[in-house]
Amino acid sequence: MRIALAATCIGDVMFPQAPRATVRLLERLGHEVHVPDGQACCGQMHVNTGYMAEAVPVVRNHVEAFSPVLDGEWDAVVVPSGSCTGSIRHQQGMVCRRAGLDALGARAEAVAAKTYELSELLVDVLGVTDVGAYFPHRVTYHPTCHSLRMLHVGDKPLRLLRAVEGIDLAELPGAESCCGFGGTFALKNAETSTAMLADKMTSVKSTGAEVLTAGDSSCLMHIGGGLSRIRAGVRTLHLAEVLASTRDTPPAAATTGSSGTTTRAGGAR
Amino acid sequence: MSTFLGIPRSRGRGHAPVADEPFGAVPHPDEPLRWGEDFPAAARQALQNTQLRRNLAHATSTIRAKRAAVVGEVPDWEALRDAGSAIKTDVMARLPELLEELERNVTARGGVVHWARDADEANRIVADLVKARGADEVVKVKSMATQEIGLNEALAAEGIAAHETDLAELIVQLADDMPSHILVPAIHRNRAEIREIFLERMGDVPPDLSDVPRELAMAARAHLRRKFLSAKVAISGANFGVADTGTLTVVESEGNGRMCLTLPETLITVMGIEKIVPTYTDLEVFLQLLPRSSTGERMNPYTSLWTGVTPGDGPQEFHLVLLDNGRTDVLADEVGRAALHCIRCSACLNVCPVYERVGGHAYGSVYPGPIGAILTPQLTKGSGGLGGHGDPNASLPYASTLCGACYEVCPVKIDIPSILVELRAREVDADRGGLPTGWGAAMKAASFVMSDARRFELAEKAAGLGRMVAGPKGRISTLPPPASAWTRSRDLPAPAEQTFRDWWRTEHVAPDPPADPRAVPPSVPPSGGDPGSDAEGGAR
Repeated sequence: MRIALAATCIGDVMFPQAPRATVRLLERLGHEVHVPDGQACCGQMHVNTGYMAEAVPVVRNHVEAFSPVLDGEWDAVVVPSGSCTGSIRHQQGMVCRRAGLDALGARAEAVAAKTYELSELLVDVLGVTDVGAYFPHRVTYHPTCHSLRMLHVGDKPLRLLRAVEGIDLAELPGAESCCGFGGTFALKNAETSTAMLADKMTSVKSTGAEVLTAGDSSCLMHIGGGLSRIRAGVRTLHLAEVLASTRDTPPAAATTGSSGTTTRAGGAR
Repeated sequence: MSTFLGIPRSRGRGHAPVADEPFGAVPHPDEPLRWGEDFPAAARQALQNTQLRRNLAHATSTIRAKRAAVVGEVPDWEALRDAGSAIKTDVMARLPELLEELERNVTARGGVVHWARDADEANRIVADLVKARGADEVVKVKSMATQEIGLNEALAAEGIAAHETDLAELIVQLADDMPSHILVPAIHRNRAEIREIFLERMGDVPPDLSDVPRELAMAARAHLRRKFLSAKVAISGANFGVADTGTLTVVESEGNGRMCLTLPETLITVMGIEKIVPTYTDLEVFLQLLPRSSTGERMNPYTSLWTGVTPGDGPQEFHLVLLDNGRTDVLADEVGRAALHCIRCSACLNVCPVYERVGGHAYGSVYPGPIGAILTPQLTKGSGGLGGHGDPNASLPYASTLCGACYEVCPVKIDIPSILVELRAREVDADRGGLPTGWGAAMKAASFVMSDARRFELAEKAAGLGRMVAGPKGRISTLPPPASAWTRSRDLPAPAEQTFRDWWRTEHVAPDPPADPRAVPPSVPPSGGDPGSDAEGGAR
C-alpha cells in the first residue's frame, strides 16, 4: 500500500522519533511511505484556542499537501497522533465552512475520510495486530483523550501492544482520565493542568513501568515533562516507537523522561 | 462589569454573610451567574484546599462508578440518548408554539401562568404572590432556576424567609454558602463539616449530635418537618413541563420535594423556558435518562407530576413562572443553543477532570462544570459574559482540556467540547480590533508560519536554538513568561537535533522511487547532513 505520512508539526520539530518509527514500521510491513513536502500542521492548536480565522490557511495548506490522496496517488494518509487525526476528521471541514469556504471544507472532509490514526491504519486498514515487534520492557499505555473519545480507537493500540514479543504490559489505573495537557490549557490554566498531571504521574508510577507509551507525542510531552521534572525514572515512547522496535533496532537510548534527542534506529540501512 | 485601571474588579460580593465566615469564603453574590475571580485565579485558590480536593475526588469517583454500572445495563442506552437529543432539538425548533400550548393547558386546568423576561421580573412576580398570600416564609424544593435568579435573597429583601428543604441545599443555606454542584450542592462538604454547620446554625439540634450520616439526616428531618407543616406557600422548579397536558414534573430522591409539592396551600413553580417537552409520552425517554445519569439510580425514588389544580387534593392554587433570563439569546445561536438541551443531570460534572480538581465555586456561577462553562457565558452574553473585555465569564470556555468525557456521558448528547471551541472563537472574535493581545499576536504569527512548509522549516531552524537553552541534558527546566507556566511544573525537551523533515530528505532511502515528483521535490538538498545529528554515532 502507498501511504502518505503526516508527521505532525510537533513530530517534525520536537519528536521526530515518532514519525521516523512510523516510517520504519510501515516499511517493515512492506508498505511504501511517502512524505508530502508541503505539509506543516493540521491547525488543531489554532482551532482549539479559538483562532478560527488564523486556522484557515493552516488547514488549507494541509488539505493541499494531502489532496493527491484523492487522485489515487496514495491509498491512505497516516498520522501518528490521535488528536491531530481528530482535528483533521472533526474540525477542518467546520473551520472552512465557518469561513464560508464550502469547497475547501468538502475537500478537507474528503481527505479526512482517507486519513487514519496509526492504530486505526494498522488494525482496520492493514488488518494486522502482530507487527513483529520485540520490546522486552515493562510498559504501560495511556489512551489519549482524542484517540479514545473522538476517534473511538478502543483497544486497538492495546491489541497491537499485546502482540509485541517480550513486552510486559501493565494496566494503567485511571487510564481514561485526561493527563491535563489540553494544548494551551496547560498554559492558561497551568495549576489545574498540573493537578491533573500529578494524579496521572501517580498512576504511571504505581504500575512499576519503565516506559509509558501513547499515541500522541503532545500528551507524552506533558506527562513526560512531569516525569522528567521529578526524575521519576520512567521514559516516554510513542506507540510507533514500541511497535517499530525489533531485536535489531531498539528505540531511542534509555534516557528518562521525554527527550527530543534523536536516535536513528535505521542502522540496518 | 466594573473595572479599575482596566483590570476587572472582583465581582459583586453582595452582603457579607457573617463577620467571621466560619464555613468558607463564598458569600452570596449579587449575580448568581457571575461571581468571584476569573476561572484560572479561582481555580488556583480552590486547588489549595486539600479538604475540598479529597471530598470531591471521593464523591465524584463514587458517583461515576454508580452511573457507569446502571448505564451499562441498559441495552438501548445510545438509542435513548439519540431520542433525548432529537426531542430537545425539536423543542428548540418550535419553542414559542410549545410554550403557548403549555400556557393554554396549565390555564385550562386551573393554574396561572406568568412570563418573566429576567431574574428581576421573576423575583418580583414570586415575591408579590407570596406577599399577597400574607405569608412571610416559604418552603422550597431544590431548584436550579431559583438559584440562578437569586430568589432566596430577593425574598429575604422583602421580609420573606425561604427555607431550602433539600438536605444538601439546606446545608448550603445554613452555611451561607453557595452550591458547588448542580445535583449535590454540598458535594464540597464532608460529614464533619456538616455536623459543625448543623450545630452552629440549625438552632434545634441535639447538642450531642455526631457526624454519623443517619444522625445528621434525622436532625435535618426533624428540623424540616416543622417547616413543612407550617408553610402556606411552596416554591419549586421543574424538571419537565409537558406542553400537551400542562403537566409539571419534579424528580428527587428525598421526598422533601413531595412534601413541598403537596402540603402547602399555594405552589409557585419557576421553570426555565427550555424545560418543556412536547408530549406526555416524551417523559418516558427522560425519566430513563435522568436518574441513571444523575444519581446513578435505575429510578429516582420520587417522581411528582401535577397538572393545574385538583380540588381537595394538594395545593389549591398553582402559579407557573416561565423564565427567560438570557435563554432566547442562547436559542438564537445556531451552535450554542444545544446548551439549552441540558436536563441538569450533572453527569458532565462528575466525569470532568477539571471539575474534580477545582470544584464548583471556581466557575463563579450556580452552573459549574462543563455545562456551566458553555451555559454561563451564553446566558450572560447580554452583559458581556462572552467576550466582554475582562469579564470573568469569558474565561469559562477555556476551563477545559477538551478531553471529551462530558460529551460521552451527556444523556442528551450535547457536544460540549465543540461548543467550548466555538465559544472560544466568539471570545477571540469579540476581542479583535482592540489592542493586540499576546495570544493574538502569537497565534497570527504561528498561522503564518504553519501554513507554509518553507516558512515552517525556517522556524524549525530557529527552534533549533532551543537546544542551547536545553544544554547537554537536552532538557529545558526554566523558561521566561509565558512559557514559565509550563516549566514551573514540567520539563520541556529540547527541539530535536534533526527534524523529521530533514532526516527524511537526507537520510531516508525510500524502497522504491516515488511515483510522483511531488513526494520528494527536486529541491532536496544533497545528502550528508549534520554528522552530529546521529546519536548512535558513526554507523554511516
